Amino acid sequence: MIELRGLKKNFGRLTVLDDLDLEIPSGQATGIVGPNGSGKTTMIKSILGLVKPTKGEVLINGELVNDQWEYRDKIGYMPQVARYPENMTVDELFRFIKNIRGDKTSSEEELIKHFGIEPELKKRMRTLSGGNRQKVGAVLSMMFSPDILIFDEPTAGLDPRSSVQFKKKVRELKDQGKTILLTTHIMSEIEELADHLVFIVEGKIKYHGPMDELLNEHKEQRLEGAVAKMMEEEAV
Amino acid sequence: MKVLTILNYQWKDLVRGKWIFGYALIYLLITDALIRFGGAGPKALLSISNVMLLLIPLVGMIYGALYLYQSREFTELLLAQPLNRKTLFWGLYGGLSIPLSAAFILGTILPMLYNGMLFGEHIMSILLLLSLGLILTLLFTGIGFWLGLAFFEDRIKGLGFALVGWLFLAVLYDGLVLLTIFVLGDYPIEKPMLALTMLNPIDLARIIVLLEFDISALMGYTGAVFNRFFGSFYGMVTAIVSMFIWLALPLTGATRRFRKMDF
Repeated sequence: MIELRGLKKNFGRLTVLDDLDLEIPSGQATGIVGPNGSGKTTMIKSILGLVKPTKGEVLINGELVNDQWEYRDKIGYMPQVARYPENMTVDELFRFIKNIRGDKTSSEEELIKHFGIEPELKKRMRTLSGGNRQKVGAVLSMMFSPDILIFDEPTAGLDPRSSVQFKKKVRELKDQGKTILLTTHIMSEIEELADHLVFIVEGKIKYHGPMDELLNEHKEQRLEGAVAKMMEEEAV
Repeated sequence: MKVLTILNYQWKDLVRGKWIFGYALIYLLITDALIRFGGAGPKALLSISNVMLLLIPLVGMIYGALYLYQSREFTELLLAQPLNRKTLFWGLYGGLSIPLSAAFILGTILPMLYNGMLFGEHIMSILLLLSLGLILTLLFTGIGFWLGLAFFEDRIKGLGFALVGWLFLAVLYDGLVLLTIFVLGDYPIEKPMLALTMLNPIDLARIIVLLEFDISALMGYTGAVFNRFFGSFYGMVTAIVSMFIWLALPLTGATRRFRKMDF
């Protein structure tokens, strides 16, 4: 379980996360939605320790992890904009991260096949297309079978076929009982993958709960409509 | 162990970049030329140290900042892994400062070796020169890192400050010291002058070099003061201690900054 308690982050005078309290349940998939600049990525980065919160606590499985690093062993992260050392080949990158994590077990080969990036393995990262970089990021996040998987707009640069493959993989991981956290602007993706929904606006949580409750509450068939309604309510 | 993995990658990348060999080659050519024209004596050593006092701070600071900007992707990738930020910092720092130091030391020592200068009577002076170069490399790479981290989002500013900082410490500072002596020459300013020297690591290194080659007389009145102070045992200890304080300063600043930064 990932728990955020009173999480606050200021960038200069700008408040990006405003006293966030959130519990993300284990073994389920939680989708985070919100307008651009609402603090989704900052929230994810605070969980990972990439961004240092101004105030508040991050707990993983009941353990305080602010300023810790060992806990990242349990997390696989796929960033929104995948940036990797330009001169490394894909192969080298995988080997390097394996050395860093010191994990022996890795489902690397199966994942490479699943995402179809075998032809890219010998190429340097700089020559890879955006979509292929995303796929490399996906493999990196999953290859050590971590308990928690965090995807930041994972399908943004993927073609429809890869996108379907990615979602298929995520469902597999969910069935294995992994905790999944993902942000996206594509509502159908949340509908397909997530059990819970977090709606965040200007660094505050406006809704958090199971998906079906939200749909009932707003008398909507589709998530798109319900979220659009919430955004409109916010705008007023 | 993880530091070694990081260092290993960084070095491979440096070798691929090739410019580090160019840097070593510069020292090799300069040392070779100076020994050829100036003979294998203290004169050559003094000229080498003059080159070193200008070049090391410049390359260390500029490349320290530049390197950090170049490694940005690498840093972001590793921060999401189970890795201590401290480990990552020393991996990055060692990834640059160790090859830079090695390039300087090898580039300088090779011509001395094949000219038979290394095992002559000047071995102590040579060792002093090399250790000063080593400390300066570590120190100015550290300052470059610090500047790079302080202006992580604004490369132009980071590099600009590195350049201006070098200009100030290597060139302008001396002018200011001279001006102070000129204006306040009628007052007892020996002690403040000593303090001023301590405040600039390049000056500090220069003084140590001058004293080693016993040409402080060239510095006139203040030279005598320096000689009296630094020439003594306590003077030397003070100089060395100040050098190490200088080394610790940017490194503590940079590590502290790195630990608290958002990526």
